[in-house]
Amino acid sequence: MGKTLFDKVWDAHVVDTIENGPQVLYIDKHLIHEVTSPQAFNELEERGIPVLRPKQIVATADHNTPTLDQHLPIKDELSRIQLQQLSENCKKNGITLYELGHQYNGIVHVMAPELGITQPGMTIVCGDSHTSTHGAFGTIAFGIGTSQVAQVFASQCLLLSKPKSLRVSVNGKLKNGVLPKDVILYIIAQIGTNAGTGYFCEYAGEVFENMSMEGRMTVCNMSIEMGARGGMIAPDQTTFDYVKGRKFAPEGEEFERKLAYWRTLPSDPDAVFDKEYVFKASDIEPMITYGTNPGMGIKISGNIPTLDDNSFVKSLEYMGLKAGESMLNKPINYVFIGSCTNSRIEDFRIAAQIVKGKQKAGNVTAWLVPGSKQVEAQIEAEGLKDIFEAAGFQLRQPGCSACLAMNDDKIPQGEYCVSTSNRNFEGRQGQGARTILASPLVAAATAIEGKITDLAQYLN
Amino acid sequence: MEKFVKLTSTGIPLEIENVDTDQIIPARFLKATDKQGFGDNVFRDWRYHKEGVLNEQFVLNDPTYQGSILVAGTNFGCGSSREHAAWALTGYGFKVIVSSFFADIFKGNSLNNGLLPVQVTDTFLAKLFQELKNNPRTEITVDLEKQIISIEGNALSASFEIDPYKKTCMLNGYDDIDYLVSKKDKIEAFEALKRN
Ligand code: SF4
Repeated sequence: MGKTLFDKVWDAHVVDTIENGPQVLYIDKHLIHEVTSPQAFNELEERGIPVLRPKQIVATADHNTPTLDQHLPIKDELSRIQLQQLSENCKKNGITLYELGHQYNGIVHVMAPELGITQPGMTIVCGDSHTSTHGAFGTIAFGIGTSQVAQVFASQCLLLSKPKSLRVSVNGKLKNGVLPKDVILYIIAQIGTNAGTGYFCEYAGEVFENMSMEGRMTVCNMSIEMGARGGMIAPDQTTFDYVKGRKFAPEGEEFERKLAYWRTLPSDPDAVFDKEYVFKASDIEPMITYGTNPGMGIKISGNIPTLDDNSFVKSLEYMGLKAGESMLNKPINYVFIGSCTNSRIEDFRIAAQIVKGKQKAGNVTAWLVPGSKQVEAQIEAEGLKDIFEAAGFQLRQPGCSACLAMNDDKIPQGEYCVSTSNRNFEGRQGQGARTILASPLVAAATAIEGKITDLAQYLN
Repeated sequence: MEKFVKLTSTGIPLEIENVDTDQIIPARFLKATDKQGFGDNVFRDWRYHKEGVLNEQFVLNDPTYQGSILVAGTNFGCGSSREHAAWALTGYGFKVIVSSFFADIFKGNSLNNGLLPVQVTDTFLAKLFQELKNNPRTEITVDLEKQIISIEGNALSASFEIDPYKKTCMLNGYDDIDYLVSKKDKIEAFEALKRN
């Protein structure tokens, strides 16, 4: 029987197998940030265990950082201490850190791929569930808890049972205005938020083959929202072209040698998956969520369903919405374009296309938060900054920002926010905040109109 | 890690599905650099109204229900990888979570912190909620060695699954770090092979 992409990468990293138990899996790259690493460093120190492979770890500050005045000392004392501790821990252990203000600083899942740290066939972990993003390169990448961060520090390995395999195929061509974000929101709305639990997912089919690396990252990013530990897309010429020439990508002969290996990674034609879903691209429309989990999504022109279920009722109550109603024309005061789902240059280019020459609606506060310093620089270099600022959008400095509202970027109680992030949980963007997930295209149009808008008029 | 062998306690019913880690411990409380104190903020936004006023409707604030076993709706612990969720639950005093489904990362994090996730069927869960409703003093016993969860008088009893390796760890209070560090030779041999 043939092997899947996942099998090939996994099997190449198994150090040992415990009889009737988990396997010892080798980790190539370990990404860390300020929030989930301090307790792991403490743990090691208490036990007197050194960090085994500091050169395979890369650190960034992203979750808790301000998005204004990054050159000034951080006002929030606890955040400041967390960042200081990260710096000290990295220094003590010889770990590369792209701290606040560094030209390579950014959201961990944006900066690592753009620096060429993420490469096909690797195993990558990070104490963050959206590590699945890196799967876009044909990488086994997944989020881990802090105890596991400590395990990787100590041994560069993890004890894991091999997950089952799932394949989601989307065939055909996407309609105009349907973005990768819509594709993944559609998939999750169809199969539910725990359909992937216990599985590692491969995305296959024409839609993903034709997608840019940025788009593939958006899709893989949200694998965790259907419960899957991670998602992967087979590496192809698009992948190789993206990786080549990046700061930490292999060069010359080494690149050629790796390339030859990467080309062997796609799933064999006779590989069998434990579970399969197949969708048609032509069924997918621009999407929007109405509830408090990412599976509660509908096409933007659709109506909220009517369900007789406690969780559903509770969720609509929180959102201040009614079963059966349409989301169109709902007034919106906050728009957030950012997060590791949609804060890459492509996302801002798309938003700029809509915004160009227009003004945001008077009622809207629109935050644009680039995923990294490099994206920020690109926004400026390509003249997008001028477009956004002329339209009244606020371009802020890189970080996780209102995606999880750990810093000051919070959506006020009761307000709706159309957000390009990945989670619409209760209070995710601030206590009592109501999050509506959408693509950067829908978010930009919402900011211009001041209400949720059918994209049709923007697409011509 | 603390050992877990067997526990008998009353339970707290949290009849909500898809409880995500942002509810278990909201992000604004993740700024600490140690593992202490998270218990005070477990389910913070459900336990308190915005003004810091206790929400008396919420089950954790209902004196009728007490104990170190949390019985929760399906798909418990979905969302982020924050281990702070497990620290918040153990910090509050929970030792067992019963649900009909657990999110992957949360399950792993719990097991790494001596918090036992007991997965039961939807039917069992519904019956258990009913029992707790009928009699909040119902005692629940979780026996890890036998992998059995039951209530007083055995009116309700079921076996549950756990990875045999994880079971050994929980029973003895071992964790994965000790094991992995003991494999250093194999890890180095693997690295050498990979370089060639
Ligand atoms: S942007 Fe949001 S989802 Fe992504 S790493 Fe930051 S907090 Fe997590």
